[in-house]
Amino acid sequence: MDFLRPASWEEALAAKAEHPTAVPIAGGTDVMVEINFDHRRPEYLLDLTRVGDLYEWEAGEDSVRLGASVPYTKIMENLRTELPGLALASHTVASPQIRNRGGVGGNLGTASPAGDAHPALLAAGAEVEAESVRGTRLIPIDAFYTGVKRNALAADELIRAVHIKKADGPQQFSKVGTRNAMVIAVCAFGIALHPETRTVRTGIGSAAPTPVRAKAAEEFLNAALDEGGFWDNGKIITPSVAKQFADLCAGACNPIDDVRGTASYRRHAVGVMARRTLTWTWESYRGARRHTEGAA
Amino acid sequence: MRVNFTVNGRPQEADDVWEGESLLYVLRERLGLPGSKNACEQGECGSCTVRLDGVPVCACLVAAGQVEGREVVTVEGLAEYAKQRAEGGCGTGACGTTLQDARQWRATGTDSQAGQGTELSPIQQAFIDAGAVQCGFCTPGLLVAADEMLERHPNPSDADIREALSGNLCRCTGYEKIMDAVRLAAARQGEAV
Ligand SMILES: Cc1cc2nc3c(=O)[nH]c(=O)nc-3n(C[C@H](O)[C@H](O)[C@H](O)COP(=O)(O)OP(=O)(O)OC[C@H]3O[C@@H](n4cnc5c(N)ncnc54)[C@H](O)[C@@H]3O)c2cc1C
Ligand code: FES
Ligand code: FES
Repeated sequence: MDFLRPASWEEALAAKAEHPTAVPIAGGTDVMVEINFDHRRPEYLLDLTRVGDLYEWEAGEDSVRLGASVPYTKIMENLRTELPGLALASHTVASPQIRNRGGVGGNLGTASPAGDAHPALLAAGAEVEAESVRGTRLIPIDAFYTGVKRNALAADELIRAVHIKKADGPQQFSKVGTRNAMVIAVCAFGIALHPETRTVRTGIGSAAPTPVRAKAAEEFLNAALDEGGFWDNGKIITPSVAKQFADLCAGACNPIDDVRGTASYRRHAVGVMARRTLTWTWESYRGARRHTEGAA
Repeated sequence: MRVNFTVNGRPQEADDVWEGESLLYVLRERLGLPGSKNACEQGECGSCTVRLDGVPVCACLVAAGQVEGREVVTVEGLAEYAKQRAEGGCGTGACGTTLQDARQWRATGTDSQAGQGTELSPIQQAFIDAGAVQCGFCTPGLLVAADEMLERHPNPSDADIREALSGNLCRCTGYEKIMDAVRLAAARQGEAV
């Protein structure tokens, strides 16, 4: 095994181009488990922890450009306002020790259906900035997950950053597990209200071969909210609409039975989380509306 | 490969390190510092918790090569580390814990027969006084994590303590005495100020 230690982003890209089989290692919280247990013996480890750019983030007009290696702890501490869904999801990852090392770049690299960042990224809207010596491209998050633990990166590409839409409304993240800390999701659900475009987006984790959006549920809800004038009148969402939304979210799942839960439990739980998180986010949208109207 | 890094305030060099090796292995097997425990090698138990550039991490999940040039504090250096923090830094220029001292380090708090020897950090003394140590396997990781939490939250709530220690498993104590120990250390820290 060789340990490659690029000191800059350019060096890292050059190393990945020269050794496409090299395994990047950032926080190491996925990679080291595989090496410790002899599940993986890469020829090259490409250490990214010396590339300072990957630990920085910038909040722009519409989105946050989040460096691939920014640890979850920093996201929780610094980006709660801009990225509330991702901050909530980050807080549910493992333990403080893991959150101090692991980040979204590694979560995307592993592309596990159970990765907690994914539902939040899908719901908020995001693009993955992938770069190689050949150039840079932005991969829409919907197109990034290509199969179980597979992603759209080419062999010579590295993730430089993720561009995540800044929240323009309430967001929530919910996860089912046996305890609060150190739990891989049985299933998870992310939701983001986007009052500016009058749309709602979702993300489902651990209930299909890849993280997915519940597109039919989104379309149904967007139409129902529009028809009822809900965005303007700020009324409580009709229970039948919430129920239909929950059923469609459950229907978007394609889960398996495994040690963590059965397929039917996952489908059921996703429906429950969908209804609850819709209620929570809508309540806070209504609250914010009353607040601004009161002020006006 | 060779890895140069700072351990408990002193520069160290580890030789013949395999590229896929963890920091935990380097500490225990190459530097002879078995204080950090190996119980799972997959980040689940926290018994290998050390500070890497000040931040608590699982040493079993850090690749050896990633610590080149960085600073690690292990449980063996915790007493000295806490002392320096209380004194507001290193006055003499000869602080830290040598490898020799770290290898021989043992707890000689007020409970011990040994009498002379190393002073304990407040969190270590509190663990002894509160009866928070049974088999002791989880203790080093808990001490490092708890000490760092007290640095950030001098007056921690129970929720702060639980959150900070949520990555450390203990199979013996049922955690109540551990909670007592951290509360005790915080209270003593408050009195001292
Ligand atoms: C005990 C434990 C509990 C966990 N619990 C959770 C949990 O609750 N939720 C959760 O989502 N995850 C969990 N994980 C998994 C892991 O912590 C996350 O997936 C984390 O986000 C990985 O980030 P990292 O920086 O440590 O990745 P690494 O291990 O360094 O890398 C992960 C993968 O991404 C690739 N990679 C890393 N950076 C880049 C880059 N810039 N460009 C291209 N590829 C890259 C690597 O080659 C590798 O394939 C847990 C892990 C452990 C050990
Ligand atoms: S040995 Fe590192 S967390 Fe268990
Ligand atoms: S005292 Fe035995 S594991 Fe905690």
